[in-house]
Amino acid sequence: MSRHKLVKNLDLDEVLDDYDGGLDEDVDEELAPEDREHLRRGTEEVRQTLGADFNTSNREIEDTLYYYYYDVPKTVNYLLSKWSIQRYFRAPLTWKDQKANTGSKKSKKKATEPKADGKAQTAARKKENRKSQNEETATSSGSLLESLAAGSTKTHHPGPASIAKSQEAEGLGRSSKKQAKGQPYQESQGRPTPASSRPALGEGSEESAVSQLGDLKIQPAPTGSPSGFATAILGLEKNRPCFSRTPAVPGMPFTIQNVANSKAFTGPSPDDVVLKAQSSSKGAKPAPKKSEKNAEEESEHLNGHLKTLSIGDENAKPKSKLLNVTAEHAKAKLKKSANFVVIGHVDAGKSTLMGRLLHDLQSVDQRTIDKYRKESGRLGKASFALAWVLDQGTEERERGVTIDIANFQFETETTKFTILDAPGHQDFVPNMIAGASQADFAILVIDASTGGFESGLKGQTKEHALLVRSMGVQRVIVAINKLDAVQWSQDRFDEISQQILAFLTTAGFMPKNLAFVPCSGLAGGNVVHKATDSLASWYTGEPLLSLLEDYEPTERAIEKPLRLTTDDVFRGGVQNSLSVSGRLDAGTLQTGESLLIAPVSHTATIKGIEVNAEPFDWAVAGQNVILHLADVDPKHLRPGDVLCSPSSPIQSIKSFAVKLLAFEHIMPMHCEVHRGRTHAPGKIAKLTALLDKGSGARLKGKKPRLIQPGSVAEVLVEMEEAQPLETGNRVILREGGVTIGAGLIK
Amino acid sequence: MRLVKQNIERDGSGTITLYPEEPEDMWFTYNLIREGDLLRASALRRVTTESATGSTSSTRVHMNLIISVTALDFDMQAAQLHVSGRIIEETKYTKVGQFHTLDLELNRNFTLEKKDGWDSVARGLVREACDPVKSADTWVVVMQEGLANIAVLTGQRTVHRQKIEMNVPKKRGVGKQSDHDKGMERFFQTTLDTLLRQIDLSAPKPILLASPGFVAQGFQKFIVEYATRTGNKALLAQKSNLVVVHSASGYMHALDEVLRSPEVLSQLKDTKYARETRLMEDFKTMLRKDDGRAWYGPNEVEQAVEKGAVGRGGGVLLISDTLFRAQDIASRKRWVRLVDKVRDVEGGEVRILSGTHESGKQLEGLGGIAAILTFPLDDLDDADDEEDINGPNESTTNS
Repeated sequence: MSRHKLVKNLDLDEVLDDYDGGLDEDVDEELAPEDREHLRRGTEEVRQTLGADFNTSNREIEDTLYYYYYDVPKTVNYLLSKWSIQRYFRAPLTWKDQKANTGSKKSKKKATEPKADGKAQTAARKKENRKSQNEETATSSGSLLESLAAGSTKTHHPGPASIAKSQEAEGLGRSSKKQAKGQPYQESQGRPTPASSRPALGEGSEESAVSQLGDLKIQPAPTGSPSGFATAILGLEKNRPCFSRTPAVPGMPFTIQNVANSKAFTGPSPDDVVLKAQSSSKGAKPAPKKSEKNAEEESEHLNGHLKTLSIGDENAKPKSKLLNVTAEHAKAKLKKSANFVVIGHVDAGKSTLMGRLLHDLQSVDQRTIDKYRKESGRLGKASFALAWVLDQGTEERERGVTIDIANFQFETETTKFTILDAPGHQDFVPNMIAGASQADFAILVIDASTGGFESGLKGQTKEHALLVRSMGVQRVIVAINKLDAVQWSQDRFDEISQQILAFLTTAGFMPKNLAFVPCSGLAGGNVVHKATDSLASWYTGEPLLSLLEDYEPTERAIEKPLRLTTDDVFRGGVQNSLSVSGRLDAGTLQTGESLLIAPVSHTATIKGIEVNAEPFDWAVAGQNVILHLADVDPKHLRPGDVLCSPSSPIQSIKSFAVKLLAFEHIMPMHCEVHRGRTHAPGKIAKLTALLDKGSGARLKGKKPRLIQPGSVAEVLVEMEEAQPLETGNRVILREGGVTIGAGLIK
Repeated sequence: MRLVKQNIERDGSGTITLYPEEPEDMWFTYNLIREGDLLRASALRRVTTESATGSTSSTRVHMNLIISVTALDFDMQAAQLHVSGRIIEETKYTKVGQFHTLDLELNRNFTLEKKDGWDSVARGLVREACDPVKSADTWVVVMQEGLANIAVLTGQRTVHRQKIEMNVPKKRGVGKQSDHDKGMERFFQTTLDTLLRQIDLSAPKPILLASPGFVAQGFQKFIVEYATRTGNKALLAQKSNLVVVHSASGYMHALDEVLRSPEVLSQLKDTKYARETRLMEDFKTMLRKDDGRAWYGPNEVEQAVEKGAVGRGGGVLLISDTLFRAQDIASRKRWVRLVDKVRDVEGGEVRILSGTHESGKQLEGLGGIAAILTFPLDDLDDADDEEDINGPNESTTNS
């Protein structure tokens, strides 16, 4: 609603009626005995503080006290400041000028009051307004205003109200009045009166009245040197006190005046600085108003920024800093980081165990867990609450099963970890492969409950273990979970670990790279802290977390050409319309670098890099990164595409020979070829030769027509469409939901 | 297909007149006609006549032409057959030796004379084509997150109609789930739109939705919700025809698993593709046992037949129909001879698998021919360098 309308619609009679008469009585009658007591005690205190020789009337102190709601220190401050001003301005105040000022002053005062004040304060203020309006005496602060006004500029009065009754006739008086009656507070706040309308008044509703004063004065002379007016009234000699330009603490706007700050007008005003900065950067949007305190440094800062900033030029290519990333990496001395994949049969408790880990490490707060507990309870799956930390998907939660890899980062004192929580269900093995391909080591979770272990062994426990092995994972921590369900039976633990150890060693894991820990994800024993259950006291080893921290980082292929298998393609936010995530298999990259997308052979430019959700200028092999890309159409990118450097691109091939270990019978057949997130249909076209398990040499004899499970062979795979694959890549072949083999591309 | 007239001599020469009634018949016809055969069918030919004054006028004339076939072109999607050849009989408008491409039409007779006579396989094909028992078409949507393949299974073929590929953002941390959900919804919507463009809802047919995990279930739910929301009664009526089946992936070759699933077998067990799928599965089971009773590859199977192992009492010869479509007459004759031998001399069972079905494709992977023997044989693969069906197989090894 326009201000004019407000004024127009104002019912003058109503306002006047409401206000007529009885005001004197109001004040005194309304003062409750306890208020009087407050007032009396306050006055005494103020007198004491100010000292005997401070010349002021009781009435004045009382008024001030009342205004500040019996706040003694504020009152003292105010009186002191008034006193100091009085020393400079001793001209008598005429009624006319006062009238001109009161309106703006009053509204200003409102503006400076903290808005959060309770109703009680508003009421107090209302009372106070009326009271002060009855004061006929022109206070000495009034005389200050008078002299300011004499300089032909209307300005504010910084002190508490002393308003002539007759102001009611004025438009603004009315609006203040209205406000006092409970009108929306902001409506009248900071609005200029007709007499004192200055642009600065209108805009500065948030600023203190004092700083407004400063603004006002420099307006006519935006060059920054004090105006003639300012010089005239303030003298501006170094030792002269003048109004501080420091922003007042809300609620105590008048306390700082006696803190003279003579430097205030010597430099250009902050507004000028900002204006100058704005004009120096062509077409730049207006910079946000800076707080005045550190305006000087701010402005320099701002100037610098504006120079480098080129708004409206969003299509500009991100510039490469041409870093020597290898050297930067060596210099950076990053904290040890590790990715681990959590594998195991469906319902072994992988997600819950990880939820427990994060919960006990306080990476997830208790409130979130409680919320999950409530929500999962509503679905009748209360025991899934911890798993929900990682199972964020709507469908995953409804069905209580992990579907896709979950990424979660946490940090301990020594290491930054990334959890890759794999789905255990047979149908989602492709997703598990995608996760395992990013992992440095694995946690194999085994369900120790009766029947759970046995069904897992038949199910995905073995498949997962073999898969991570064939993807190059060396180290496995076997977490024997749900031991609380079997009363932390040591026999059960031993039995399971014996079987698993035997299996894993035949699968090709070194016993020294294996660790076994009995734990419970749901109840929380031996995960971060040792199990408190007395039944579990037989276990003297370390809890799971300590085993995780034992990880020794391996050498990364930093020097090799860049390869990044994308894990996901998504919209990274408002500014980044296209982002990809994935793990750098080899090489390095930096912002501004141009990339080649295989197999489509389109290029893209790196706009930004995120490592562990923090922006970085570069990234090296082994890190999980998010890249924000520019100059590429999203339709060219699919999860599973490989990003590489244009100078040494990866070839897309349609057929390749692979040396593989057969998990199932292999004959010439259809299959899916998996490599990380990449999976594509193809077929085994030819069984080239059987190989010797130990040496890898071709076995003499006829061409195989069937490869038995467990044997090693070389086969020729033909893809339906060319895929970015190269020598040394580890691939998994699957058919009909079963892994039939895994091997290396020759 | 209706057999209008059959005029075949004992030695196999002679003609057959057929009346194709539905698109499926075109596929039979495609398998029946070979290069060099004589085909008589109605044709529409543009004829240019020159008048005495030298001005020319061209008209379209309906006529019956007899051509000697030089090339065949079958459009899988539209089920149209175009046969090119040289005219061998002079008419009022055409001379001998001129080229013409006949577009065979439904509901119009054509007469065929085989160059090398009607062999057993060709006659069997005609018999099969004229079998009045028709199997209904089945639609299949094989899907996984971000990938859907729509195919229609007819008695003789699997027609891959459309592939839909979309990027569905993966789940990413707290509060970003909506990206994935929205992506899935967009994916479902696109798949459904595509399906509705392909399918004729007025004739209800079973629609199989197959996927790993819960994608197919989600899609089924989406279809019902969509039909309810938009008031699409025709689609809603299909609700009972939607069958959710498990498949290991969303690729076309996952169809094999779909057809083996109990839900499908119970409904469609008498269809050709269900039978073929079962046969292939049996063969693979035999092969896995590795007891010398299952063999694949042309040479091995031929040897086994020579030794009389594919005969009475369980011997089965599986052969892909693509082998009979060979351009080279000699190789076609070789397979026909083999089929005749197994069926007529040895008394074994012969199954000709359609190369477009998944099972047929698997068989092709094994060389197009396989056999289950009545007794174990070893060392059939002694031959040093065996010849492949598709000629010598260049090894395109990238190493």
